[in-house]
Amino acid sequence: MSKGKQNPAEATSPGMGFERPIREIEVQLEELENLSLRTNLDISGEVEALRRRLAGAIEETYADLSAWERVNVARHQGRPVASDYIEHMLDEFIELHGDKVYGDDPAMVTGLATMEGRRFMLLGHRKGKTVSERLACNFGCAHPEGYRKALRKMQLAQHLRLPIVALINTPGAYPGIGAEERGQAAAIAENILAMFQLTVPVVVVVIGEGGSGGALGIGVGDRVLMLEHAYYSVISPEGCAAILWKDGERTPDAAEALRLTAGDLSKLKVVDEIVREPQGGAHRAPTMAIAQVKQALLRHLDELAALGGEELRRVRRQRYRQVASILGRFPESP
Amino acid sequence: MSGMEQAKDEMNSPGPEAGVTMTGAATDAATGTATDTVPPLASDDEQQTTDSTDLSTADEEQSADDSPQRSRLRWKKKDMPGGLWLKCESCAQTIYRKELEEKGFVCPSCDFHFTLPGAERIAMLLDEGSWEEHYAELTALDRLEFTDEVPYADKIERTVGRTGQNEALLCGTGLVEGRPLVLAVLDFKFMGGSMGEVVGEKISLAADLARCKKLPLVLVTSSGGARMHEGVLSLMQMAKTCSALAEFRDAGGFSICLMSNPTTGGVTASFASVCDLTLAEPGALIGFAGPRVIATTLKQELPPGFQRAEFLVEKGQVDRIVRRVDLRQELASMLDYDPQRRGVAD
Repeated sequence: MSKGKQNPAEATSPGMGFERPIREIEVQLEELENLSLRTNLDISGEVEALRRRLAGAIEETYADLSAWERVNVARHQGRPVASDYIEHMLDEFIELHGDKVYGDDPAMVTGLATMEGRRFMLLGHRKGKTVSERLACNFGCAHPEGYRKALRKMQLAQHLRLPIVALINTPGAYPGIGAEERGQAAAIAENILAMFQLTVPVVVVVIGEGGSGGALGIGVGDRVLMLEHAYYSVISPEGCAAILWKDGERTPDAAEALRLTAGDLSKLKVVDEIVREPQGGAHRAPTMAIAQVKQALLRHLDELAALGGEELRRVRRQRYRQVASILGRFPESP
Repeated sequence: MSGMEQAKDEMNSPGPEAGVTMTGAATDAATGTATDTVPPLASDDEQQTTDSTDLSTADEEQSADDSPQRSRLRWKKKDMPGGLWLKCESCAQTIYRKELEEKGFVCPSCDFHFTLPGAERIAMLLDEGSWEEHYAELTALDRLEFTDEVPYADKIERTVGRTGQNEALLCGTGLVEGRPLVLAVLDFKFMGGSMGEVVGEKISLAADLARCKKLPLVLVTSSGGARMHEGVLSLMQMAKTCSALAEFRDAGGFSICLMSNPTTGGVTASFASVCDLTLAEPGALIGFAGPRVIATTLKQELPPGFQRAEFLVEKGQVDRIVRRVDLRQELASMLDYDPQRRGVAD
């Protein structure tokens, strides 16, 4: 996680051009700090001034991010991913592999977790941090065996009466020959249905990319939280622009039109709570971002622990009937 | 593995292009708009020779857009209204229109099952005069005020005017060989049968209706997937429909989904795949991602018959293929296994 901080100029990720004014100051600041280490010059005044300028630039840039800029923040390569949350947020993690039918999808991580005395089942899309890890994880695009692995662990959680925490971070489910042969659509559909059968609490956090059905495949919860700069959408802005505008250049317009930001989703009541990110995005201060998520998770897990299983399931079903419902008639509608 | 090659390329040159191919393709999958889902039929069968250039043009036109002049059905619209002859898109045979209609919109030479408009499907499936439509008044909302080249609100208005129905889903009750059921039919001619708030709501209401009336639920799909004009709200319909089906299942309800050509994206990845029985029509394209998305992502030719009903039966993904001519009888036989009908439900 700290690697990205060593040279801010290189810590860029595709689509982060809008951070240029920030990065320029960051580079200057680093040079100045190095200078003060090498020499005995007292430049603390200059450093302090530059720090203030940096804070100002970050605040200004991030005060008014466009939807497309947020998508790029959500995809930033320095942004904390599932393995970072596992490392920094949990006191114990016992990874459990495989769907016990076909294979072990590295794009999905599952296991028994303990955090401040609370035990739960953790599910998460895994993107990896290095180039080889990212390749191995198909960039967080899970196959059917990944969704079925998650299903097995959800059923285990149900049996062990463990709450479930799901960390969403995927561009979408993998579109490939094997994935189709093994029933990608059915795997996602069965997970969605299964999540409506659970009587243990489910807390979902969209930590980065919420890519369509691939996200929803582990994303039906009693509480759905979303990081401030994460996105959640029915289709990628690129895909939407290509299909509706027939012009890749219109991707930023598509991002805007899709209403995929945390603020939009909160207004639409798809998301219950927005978890604030450190100033300048989670990639700038990963541990701080993780700590924020941890606090929110603890609060929601404790609240849900007080509710009975049947009640949880009833309310969860009702919640998704009412979200995006023009009628909200449930359950005695006809 | 060419998927890996592709991924490597992207890592070496992470530019906007890379983002488009990977993330774009991956997420298009679940949306599977009509553009992605209408398959080039050329690779379907070696004995079928198709004018692929012509087809790919038609392909392009079958986008989520739906100007009246664009082909929505599996034949060329311009041949349809008064024309006596039309061309099968699968085997390119010229078919006498009356003959096609008599055969239930099944190509007499290659048995390709054409996508059936909703009203024709209902007429063909149910006992005459038994159809009673429910919730027909529900019309799409434009809660996001979505605009691409045309405002979504205008698009809805135009489609309603052109099709004479308020949304892509027709839902109601009827009889099949005297057996009562709740039937919901997705109509591809209404914005590619895509699922937005109203389609999701009507599927859920159909499940509620079946639950309350203790009737079996039969769904017939032809859809490009989620309706992206309704953004994340259309995605949430995947959860909403499954919530209603979970309730229906708990109440001991019996559900059957017949997937017709094409059924892809968010529809396949939600309610269509969680029914008790998964049936498919011959030759129907069924999948999560559209074949073009997959071919583009993998930069690889797809195996023959890929994602077709027969292929999926072979891979263990579909319970049974049912020919249209046998559908009523088979469905009636299946409905006799309904525990509620047999009086053995809990």
